[in-house]
Amino acid sequence: MRKIIKYVMLDILRNKIIIAYACLLVLLGFSLFNMNDSTDKGLLSLMNVVLIIVPLVSLVFSAIYLYNATEFIELLVSQPIRRRDIWLSLFTGLAGSLAIAFLAGCSIPVLISGAMKEVGLLLFIGTLLSIIFAAIAMLAVVHTRDKARGIGLTTMLWLFFTLLFDGIVLFILFQFMDYPLEKAMIVMSMLNPIDLSRVIMLLQLDISAMMGVTSAVFRSAFGSPLGMGIAIAVLLMWVVLPLWSSLRTFQHKDL
Amino acid sequence: MIIATNVSKRFGKLSALQDISTTCHAGQSIALIGPNGSGKTTFIKCLLGMVVPDNGFITFDGKNIGMDWQYRDRIGYMPQTGRYPDHMCIGQVLDMMTDLRGKRGKDLDRELIETWRLDTMLGKRMGTLSGGTRQKVSAALAFLFKPDVLILDEPTAGLDPLSSEMLKEKIRRERAQGRLILITSHILSDLEDIISEIIYLQEGRLVFHKAWVTLREDTGEARLSRAIAQLMKKAN
Repeated sequence: MRKIIKYVMLDILRNKIIIAYACLLVLLGFSLFNMNDSTDKGLLSLMNVVLIIVPLVSLVFSAIYLYNATEFIELLVSQPIRRRDIWLSLFTGLAGSLAIAFLAGCSIPVLISGAMKEVGLLLFIGTLLSIIFAAIAMLAVVHTRDKARGIGLTTMLWLFFTLLFDGIVLFILFQFMDYPLEKAMIVMSMLNPIDLSRVIMLLQLDISAMMGVTSAVFRSAFGSPLGMGIAIAVLLMWVVLPLWSSLRTFQHKDL
Repeated sequence: MIIATNVSKRFGKLSALQDISTTCHAGQSIALIGPNGSGKTTFIKCLLGMVVPDNGFITFDGKNIGMDWQYRDRIGYMPQTGRYPDHMCIGQVLDMMTDLRGKRGKDLDRELIETWRLDTMLGKRMGTLSGGTRQKVSAALAFLFKPDVLILDEPTAGLDPLSSEMLKEKIRRERAQGRLILITSHILSDLEDIISEIIYLQEGRLVFHKAWVTLREDTGEARLSRAIAQLMKKAN
């Protein structure tokens, strides 16, 4: 399995897109910290950008890579290698390189600007998001044979998680305004890894007080170390479930 | 060595294989013959575990291949159209496969690489290769690890007459060493002097599995193409 990871990693790092992605993060980081007068605000802007860009790049890059690796996968499947090992190696290689690119690209501007507070959390959440969306992309790709359709699907997934989901949540909020929705809100936030990441990070930053009543609800749910633990466990589930489901499909897939 | 029992496979509405049952022994050299779309490649892919049958099962040396993956260590497979990562060069592909199979530093059969002079173009990228050269790489890979079973899907298609003759010569020699060889081809004259058994597939069904000698006696034809033609006429 280690050998396949090696070949996948070598292949991805040869790819210029992943290096361009890291450079883009560096540029964004520097410009955001220079635009904002306080590092706290800079960090907040960076967080918002990370929450949009990381899922997009992870989803689309993973999908394109997997479709381009079709020949490679076919070649491997006819060899004495377990299908599980092939799929998990592909995942490790992809998620690993995306995480490395993110960490490299994000930590440079953050460390230079001297924003030490909560930086660790931003890097941690960003890495986790890279891995989550690589897993989601694998699930999408394993179910669609056609390249164009598969990449379209991952883009739609990104749109859903960044925009549509929030729209639906707002819609529900307004429709059922008269009812107590606090618990429902917490459950709903768990259904979207991007929202959950945002909540986790905002709670750690001082500006969470500006979020109003919802903030109080989230603070009571996720503010404690236990709540935080649960939130991170839910994020980890977002890696494990799509990956596990895609693996099950891949093991019986006809190539 | 390989026993298929009631293997069936459907792709949507199309039934690619229906109730295929057959037995292949070591030392045999078997031709899989049938019209286009008769299920030859699907059957081969089932043997390799690339396609999972809907029904029935295949055993390799008594072990069900559905649960196993190590048996593929003993198979050399030459696909109909070899597809390799475009950016890798020939040398890298050969090296990667050796590495993945854990055969680095082991005794390898580099005969085809040398007879076809592939070793002089190890630095060429797979994406730039002609169809024939790519076939040669596929064939070289199939023979490289000295497998007990060779599965060759249209091995001579796309090869020039000289290279094709070299490959046939190689197959003949491997057969003499007691390996099980499975070949599909539409060029029946290519097969005649290589094979010992014939499996005839039509529309996903196994029409017959006979020894070449028996077939010759049954039909009274010395040439494979005529024998097959006669049987097909009878069937209609």
